[in-house]
Amino acid sequence: MSNRLESASNQTFEPRIVAFFCNWCTYTAADLTGISRLLYAPNVRVIRVMCSGRIDPQFILAALREGADGVLIGGCHPGDCHYLEGNYKALRRFKLLKRFLKRMGIEEERVRLEWIAASEGDKVQRVVNEMTEQVRKLGPLRLFPLPHPETHGNGQQTPELVAAGQGGN
Amino acid sequence: MSMPNAKTNGDAPRIGVYVCHCGINIAGKVNCSEVAKFAATLPNVVVSRDYKFMCSDPGQEIIQEDIRERGVNRVVVASCSPLMHEKTFRKACMDAGLNPYYFQMANIREHVSWVTQDKAEATEKSKALIAAAVRRVGLHQPLEKRFVNVNQDVVVVGGGIAGIHAALTLASAGKHVYLIEREPTIGGHMAKFDKTFPTLDCAACILTPKMSDVKSHPNITLWTYSEVVGVDGFAGNFKVKVKRKPRYVKEEDCVGCLLCVDACVFKNAKFDDEFNLGLGKRKPIYMPFPQATPPVVLIDPTQCLRLAKGKCAEKCVTVCEKNAIDFTQQEKIEEVECGAVILATGFQVFDALRIPKYGYGKYANVYTSLEVERLVNASGPTGGEIVLRDGSKPKSVGIVHCVGSRDKKTNDYCSRVCCMYSLKLAHLVKERTGAEVYNFYIDMRTPGKGYEEFYDRLLEEGTHFIRGRVAEVTDWAMTPEEEGKLIIRAEDTLIGVPRRIPVDMVILSVGLEPHADADAVRRLFGISCSHQGWFTERHPKLAPVSTATDGIFLAGACQGPKDIPDTVAQAGAAAAEALAMVVRGHVELEPNTAYIHAELCSGCRTCIGMCPYNAIRTDETSEFQVSVVNEALCKGCGTCVAACPSGAIEQNLFTDGQIFEEIEGVLSYV
Repeated sequence: MSNRLESASNQTFEPRIVAFFCNWCTYTAADLTGISRLLYAPNVRVIRVMCSGRIDPQFILAALREGADGVLIGGCHPGDCHYLEGNYKALRRFKLLKRFLKRMGIEEERVRLEWIAASEGDKVQRVVNEMTEQVRKLGPLRLFPLPHPETHGNGQQTPELVAAGQGGN
Repeated sequence: MSMPNAKTNGDAPRIGVYVCHCGINIAGKVNCSEVAKFAATLPNVVVSRDYKFMCSDPGQEIIQEDIRERGVNRVVVASCSPLMHEKTFRKACMDAGLNPYYFQMANIREHVSWVTQDKAEATEKSKALIAAAVRRVGLHQPLEKRFVNVNQDVVVVGGGIAGIHAALTLASAGKHVYLIEREPTIGGHMAKFDKTFPTLDCAACILTPKMSDVKSHPNITLWTYSEVVGVDGFAGNFKVKVKRKPRYVKEEDCVGCLLCVDACVFKNAKFDDEFNLGLGKRKPIYMPFPQATPPVVLIDPTQCLRLAKGKCAEKCVTVCEKNAIDFTQQEKIEEVECGAVILATGFQVFDALRIPKYGYGKYANVYTSLEVERLVNASGPTGGEIVLRDGSKPKSVGIVHCVGSRDKKTNDYCSRVCCMYSLKLAHLVKERTGAEVYNFYIDMRTPGKGYEEFYDRLLEEGTHFIRGRVAEVTDWAMTPEEEGKLIIRAEDTLIGVPRRIPVDMVILSVGLEPHADADAVRRLFGISCSHQGWFTERHPKLAPVSTATDGIFLAGACQGPKDIPDTVAQAGAAAAEALAMVVRGHVELEPNTAYIHAELCSGCRTCIGMCPYNAIRTDETSEFQVSVVNEALCKGCGTCVAACPSGAIEQNLFTDGQIFEEIEGVLSYV
């Protein structure tokens, strides 16, 4: 399975970043990045939601719990939301969540919110590369290896977390 | 082994995974067969294949055969963006008897193969995205499409050649069109031109018949001097609020006889005439130009003595036999309903003052190309005479190309029309004045039917072409023959020599820019624009007149610089797309609405304040005052779902469970 901690010690740690992009602006922008053949780091994996307002803070926590080292959120620029004001709701939740994460001892640079318009394919490239570098510097996110209080999937514990916990002990 | 029935739900998922090569678009970076083998190992996956083109007919048939023959009841296609082919594959599933929402797409082209350097990394990333899709699709539910009736009317915004052509096309197909134009007359930029390249057709001769067709067409409601100030609703059912500015003249009564203009207490025209870009003068009561449509006068309230000062002999009122003058007119807001909108708001020309070194605004005889169009025009301020400010004819004229185009300091793009209109003006100036004409160009760009031939013709006519971007225009003479002239300094890059060309008149070939308020307009209609400000089409090749917002279409230069033939072609295309939508009579909406589990709702009403569409209300009849979602109003953003503290709200297609599965899936590295 994963040898990320070994990798980390070998200075080749590859961060895992989960991104939540809104359908109308940022996901479309990410498609444009592809159409424009702008290369970027392979570390970010995108999950599409209709609106950044759909992003429940639990999604971010779940991603971090499941082994992500960082989470990126992309929405429409202020004033441009396809659903009028979902991005403002996302911003509110994001700010609150950041304070919460800080108290949990998670570096706030691990989560990032960016407004990326459908035409800003180059911005997706830049933000993904920046974020990857940023999280790479921070190193792997080490969470205390509690067994899952609940599972959303097959009930198996994520091996990486166990590994991370052992590495930390 | 009994074969599960794919049509029923509730069966254990039997997932089929299909990895598309997309020719070499994906296969060039992603090891597709390795990915397919990996997918076969994932839970509930019963079939996993890779194929050259999944979207092709044989590709779709592979999926359909697996649904019919092998009991596949969930489908994952790993190929391009869902924004590209989700509909294609959903339909393929549906045609094979599977509910189309038992489908999920993994985007391994735009998000993987096209953006990843390393093949191994691209392959691994593809596996993670497919793992996520496989886990997600297991929780998919069968859903029904929603259908909404489409209002049969269409609103066209902008009355230049694009809007005119689109409106006429729709009207002649029997649809009612509201054509809304901000200026007092339709016609746009084209009405200002004298001739059109490369055929040298007279612009008015080909445009004004179309303008009067618009006026007289029973299916067109023409609202000039009107602006869209609000847009509500969605594809098929828009409500468009229009501000109608007062003309102080009753449009329906005025016959355009112009007696009022003659009678006005201002004996001389002393105000800058906007239509002639200030080169001519007009009175406070005026007709924008002789063929204005509608042929109705209007009054400028800041200049009219009666309106500005409250005191005037009101001779215009006395002389008007139709009693059309009405000083009491007020601005009013009207609302129209329509099924589709075509935006044809056009462009503005680059402001030459932004490049001071070319001397516009400093030297009287430096003109913009649009000003020269008016000078050349027979109905322009000089009656078609090309004269300098002092009334004399120029003996030499310099045309500076690429002013505000192909320039990092202003606009980096090519405005596409300037080379051709510069050639046209060069021809007209030479023909009318016999002057020596010098073109200063960076590159001549003349792609188009008959365009290169026109360039050849100009070369033969003896027009001078100097290849080099102009450094400056100055009146600082270095030799006696330069005295009193404007000197154009440029390096002739073909011979590598700096040159000074003294001329009497300089024409700046200004580029095309998005309107200054294009950003406000696109926000109004909920579409996006490029960083330069041009409205963005849904797909640069395959959906060039659609936008990301269903029901809003684009025509003409609001989408990017283009010439008249391209504009008209695009306007026809936009009309056809709008027509297709309207004629179909209904639009399909994604069934991604939210719904509330009443038994989980605590009645806290958090969601009610979240909804931007007022789609959620309290069910007063329920015991616990729970909230309910009005499905017809819900647009499917999911903001309420994320806000519900009880987890009582679900969004179809984006349930919490599905997204959690996806999160775990993308993180399940091999």
